[in-house]
Amino acid sequence: MTVRTDALPTQEMTINMGPQHPSTHGVLRVILTTDGEVVTRAVPDVGYLHRGLEKIGERVTYAQFMPFTDRLDYLAAMNCNCAWAWAVEKLAKIEVPERAEYLRVIVCELNRISSHLIAFGSYTADMGAFTPFLYAIRERERVNDLFEMLCGNRLTYNYARVGGVSGDAPPGFLEKTKEFLDYFEPKLDEYNNLISYNKIFVHRLANVAVIPAEEAVAYGLTGPNLRGSGVPFDLRKDEPYSVYPKFDFKVCVGTGERGTPGDCFDRYMVRINEMRESVRIVRQAVARIPDGPVMAKVPRLFKPPAGEAYFRSECPRGETGIYLISDGSVNPFRLKIRTGSFVAMNIFEKVTRGLMIADIVAVIGSLDIILPEIDR
Amino acid sequence: MEAQAIFDTLKGKFGDAVVELQGEGFSPAFVVVAPAAVKEVSRFLKEDPGLSFDVLMCLSGVDYKEKFAVAYHLHSLKRRHAIGMKAFLPRETPSLPTVDDVWPGANFHEREAFDLFGIVFEGSKDLRRILLPEDWEGHPLRKDYKYPDFYHGIKV
Repeated sequence: MTVRTDALPTQEMTINMGPQHPSTHGVLRVILTTDGEVVTRAVPDVGYLHRGLEKIGERVTYAQFMPFTDRLDYLAAMNCNCAWAWAVEKLAKIEVPERAEYLRVIVCELNRISSHLIAFGSYTADMGAFTPFLYAIRERERVNDLFEMLCGNRLTYNYARVGGVSGDAPPGFLEKTKEFLDYFEPKLDEYNNLISYNKIFVHRLANVAVIPAEEAVAYGLTGPNLRGSGVPFDLRKDEPYSVYPKFDFKVCVGTGERGTPGDCFDRYMVRINEMRESVRIVRQAVARIPDGPVMAKVPRLFKPPAGEAYFRSECPRGETGIYLISDGSVNPFRLKIRTGSFVAMNIFEKVTRGLMIADIVAVIGSLDIILPEIDR
Repeated sequence: MEAQAIFDTLKGKFGDAVVELQGEGFSPAFVVVAPAAVKEVSRFLKEDPGLSFDVLMCLSGVDYKEKFAVAYHLHSLKRRHAIGMKAFLPRETPSLPTVDDVWPGANFHEREAFDLFGIVFEGSKDLRRILLPEDWEGHPLRKDYKYPDFYHGIKV
């Protein structure tokens, strides 16, 4: 029998993945060029959630922009709130009461835990294991309860203020936080027993999409994605801000535990280990929080001196850098928000070359991107 | 290395292409360079062992009304210091060389500045709109941007 080659076309095929696709974690569109099951090129197309936050920022006052920062990274709204507050305080040289800084660190680290929980849970769900996702949501719910107790909101908190925080911790909040930490810390071992070292899971992640350290630096990756490649750089340690220098914690890096340093498994494991370090930070902060006011005296309509400032803070998805230009008026003259996910998306095309289609899902999950932060 | 020392090093190497140091009120300080020299200065900043600015933290377009600017925020993991670099561009022809072959991470930032300000990065490997639709008219972050009434017949 002769084989009819015209019936088996072998040309490359272009496939559209997203913008509505469960594993793209939002409205991300990836244009895949495939040769059979192998992806020869994956071009990300972002911008579906662009709301022009930077333009809006030029029309509102510094204080009024706070609720918009909730909508940057909605899984880590506290971190974005605080990043904005710290950036404006750096520009306007405002001193913040120490108790407020402690509260900010507590909420930032709690939010880092809940954000990494979603990263962990949705990643395992993407890889075909749905149960861990429910476990992660269960724990995250308790963090949401804590935040609800603190500021009344469960997703978009609007808790930080320029000069402090919107309110002191209500009675019982710190005790409840301690209870949560005692409950949560053993759960991390449970996750590791449940899924982290599961053979199928490890096979899906190890040696996939390896990002060598030099490449991670050259592309400007930050946060867990950079540390997953074995670069021990954490802004909380290396360019300390707020009261972070007072706490003892270690910077988690990828070691190539199950494969090559910088693979998907390393990035996953960095997040699991970071939750443990966040627990340590919150424990210390709760134990040592001083008494005092939680808000500095800042006029509602304040005018920072003309100048420019760039503030970097360590958010769960990498560095959130806020570049602020003031012309001495009540509105920012220009603000630019650089986010970890935006930068991670830039390396996407490079690391996905030659992978299988199913691995694309593994890469998106391991970079832990969130779309509103990319599109702003 | 302090900002002044970095500025002096660059001034000694590139002469008139390095214009001034914006220090007071700027954090980090900015070295202002001529747009045409951006690529050479960037390469020197990255490769000189004393400077080794290996990370491009952020690249932003700015509309200062009378002129545009591109602001680069640089950081060195090896030396643990930071500096800003800025190039002012005329409003009529805002273009300067790309730095995406110096720091590959620059590409998305440059696309964003192109998209929202219309700044052209010559020699870029891929300069397209990134956040807005391809057929969008105008560059919204310009100070003289006029909001459109309709987009494809849909009220904006």
